[in-house]
Amino acid sequence: MLERVQSQSDRTMIEIRDVTRSYGSFKALDNASLAIREGEFFSLLGPSGCGKTTLLRMIAGFDAPTSGSIAVDGQPMDGIPANRRPTNMVFQSYAIFPHLNVEQNVAYGLKRLKLDAGEERRRVEEALVQVSLTGLGKRRATELSGGQRQRVALARALVMRPKVLLLDEPLSALDKKLREQMQVELRRLQQAVGITFVLVTHDQYEALAMSDRIAVMFGGRIAQVASPKEIYQRPVNRQVADFLGGMNFVKAEIVEENGASLVLDTLGFGRVRTDKPKAFVRNGGAATLGIRPERLRVLWDNATAKFEVAGKVVERHYFGEITHLIVEIPGLEKPLSVTETNDFGADDIPVGAPIRLAYDPEALVAMAD
Amino acid sequence: MTVAAEGSPPLRMAGSRRSPLLQSEAVQGLALISPTFVYALILLVLPILVVIAHSFWTQNYLTIDHTFTLENYRIALTEPIYRDLLWRSLYISLTVSLLTVALAYPIAYFISFHGGRHKSLWLFLITIPFWTSYLLRVMSWKVILGYNGVLNSGLMGLGIIDEPSTALLYNSSAVIITLTHAWATFAILPIFVSLEKVDRTLVEAATDLGDGPLRSFLRVTLPLSAPGIISAALIVMIPTVGDYVTPKLVGGKDGVMIANAIQAQFGKASNWPLGAALSVTTMIIVSLMAGATVLVIRALQRLAR
Repeated sequence: MLERVQSQSDRTMIEIRDVTRSYGSFKALDNASLAIREGEFFSLLGPSGCGKTTLLRMIAGFDAPTSGSIAVDGQPMDGIPANRRPTNMVFQSYAIFPHLNVEQNVAYGLKRLKLDAGEERRRVEEALVQVSLTGLGKRRATELSGGQRQRVALARALVMRPKVLLLDEPLSALDKKLREQMQVELRRLQQAVGITFVLVTHDQYEALAMSDRIAVMFGGRIAQVASPKEIYQRPVNRQVADFLGGMNFVKAEIVEENGASLVLDTLGFGRVRTDKPKAFVRNGGAATLGIRPERLRVLWDNATAKFEVAGKVVERHYFGEITHLIVEIPGLEKPLSVTETNDFGADDIPVGAPIRLAYDPEALVAMAD
Repeated sequence: MTVAAEGSPPLRMAGSRRSPLLQSEAVQGLALISPTFVYALILLVLPILVVIAHSFWTQNYLTIDHTFTLENYRIALTEPIYRDLLWRSLYISLTVSLLTVALAYPIAYFISFHGGRHKSLWLFLITIPFWTSYLLRVMSWKVILGYNGVLNSGLMGLGIIDEPSTALLYNSSAVIITLTHAWATFAILPIFVSLEKVDRTLVEAATDLGDGPLRSFLRVTLPLSAPGIISAALIVMIPTVGDYVTPKLVGGKDGVMIANAIQAQFGKASNWPLGAALSVTTMIIVSLMAGATVLVIRALQRLAR
C-alpha cells in the first residue's frame, strides 16, 4: 500500500488550547484542544451542530472563545480582529462580491496592500491559473456556475498568500460529480502551494479523500484526531465508527487487558486478540468489537480461510458495482452487513442461501462500550 | 351533477377549444391589472395629456385659443422669474434628497444591522410621525423656527443670541429643513430594504480579506445598497420639486418654488396654458435630473472596488 506523501513539517501552525465557546448554557465547543501542523490538510469532520464551524470561525476571528486560546504560527490571536489575521477563508456560500467581476473579486484583498499595478495583475493572474479560471477574469460574478464561483472564492483567498486557508464546507453546494473532481483538485492545489488547509465538512468521504489528518467532532467535543486510515480503521468509539461509514458492531466480553492489547470473547468471532485503542477506557467487563462490511469476504464453493464465520443470507441489496448482503450468524443478536464487489457474482447469491464469510482478525477493532 | 358532467364531455371540450385566449398567461395578467390600469389611464394619463395640450394653446381671458403656439414655453424658459423659481426648486429638492438620504442611511443601517429582534418595532416607531397630518407637521416646524418659536426662545434662554433670529423661518432653508424631516421615512424604508438584502457573509468576506469596518462598509455594503439609495433619492426628489404647501407655509417670499407659480397661473393669474407649460417643463427637467442622479450614483458605485 502506498503511503501518503507527507508534505507537512512537524511545526505547529495552529494551536488550539482548551477552547470553549458557550451561548448561554449551551456549549457549542467544549474544551477543545488541537494542534494543526504547518502545510497540513486538516479536516474538522462531524454532524451539523458539532461545533466544527464554530471552531473554524474562531480561527478566522469571526467568533471569540469564551475561554481558552488560539494561536496561529506562534502568535496568540486573542483580540486580533479577523482582518488582521494571517488566515483567509472560503465561505460555504462562496460570498463572491456580486458588484465586482472575477478579477476584481480576486484582487479585492490586494488593494489594501497597495502593490504596483503590474505586481497586482501578476498575482491575480497567477491565482486564476492556480484554480484554472484563466480567461474568465472579466466575467461578472453573477454569470458564473457553482463550480466557477467556488474557484473564484479559492483564488481570492489564495492570492493573499495566507498562512492558513480555512474552508467552510466548500464543496457542499456542488453536485456529486463536480464535488469529486474538486476534491482531487483541492488536494492537488494544497500540495502545490503548501499552505495549511483547514476544511470543515460533514461528508466523511470528503474528509477521508483529502485530509492528512482528521478531527472527528461530536456535540462540541473532539472525539478523535488521526490520519484518515486510522480514523476509518481504528475508530475510538462507536459514534466515530458509525459516522465514518458502515460498521458491524458485535458484543464482546473482555477476557484480558494489558498495555497494548485486549483479548475479547465474542459469539460468532470466538476469542479475539486486538490492539488496544489509545483512548480505551474500560467500562465494566463489556466492550464492542467492530468490523467494516467490506472487510468481510464471501467464501465461494469449497474455498476456506483461516478465520471464517458461517450464516445465512437474509437480505440482498444491489448497488451497481457492489452488493450489500445482510447475513444472519447464529449467536449474533444483529445480522452482519457485508459489502461485496460484483465481479464474482455476489449479486446472484439467493436470499436464504447458506454462506461463509472470511475475515482478517486485523480488521477487528475493539471499542469501549 | 355527476350525471350531467358525464353527459357533457363533448360540450366541455368545445368550451376549452373556444377559449384558448383566456388560457394565455399574458391575457390573464392583463385582465388582472386592467382595473388599476383603467383607473391610472383616466386619472393620470388623461390629465397629463390635457396639461400637455393646454401648454401649446393660449388663453384670452375666459376662452382658450386652440392655435398651436410655443409662446408659453418661451416665457417659461426665458422669463427670469420662472427660471429663478425653477432653479430654486431644483436646488431645494436636490439638497433635500441629499440631506434626507444622508440622514436616513445611518438610521436604516442601524435598524438593519443592529436592530436584532426589534427590527419591526423600530420600523413601526419610524412611521409614528405619519399619524399626524402633513399640514400639522409643517405647522409645527413654524412653531419651532418662528420668531417667538422654540428654537429662538431656547437659544435666547441659553444666552447664545440676544434677540430672536429672523433667519430661521420664511426662507429656503426653512423649506429644506421641513421637507427633509417630512420625507425621512420615505428614504429610510427603501434603504432599509436594500440593506436587508446585503448578504452578511459578503461583509465577513471583506473583513477576512483585510478590510476594517469602515473599508468593508465603503467597498461592499454601501455599493450593494445603491439601489436603495437611488430609490430613496428619487422618491424624495421627484415630489419635492413640485411641493407647494411647504414653501407656502414656511418659505416666505424667499422660499417660493415653481409649484407656487404654477398654482398662481391656474388660480389668480388665470393663465392655464402658461401654468401647463411650466408644469411640463418642470416634469421634463425633473425626469432629466432623476436620470442624472441614477447615473451619478451608479458611477459612484462602480468606483468602489
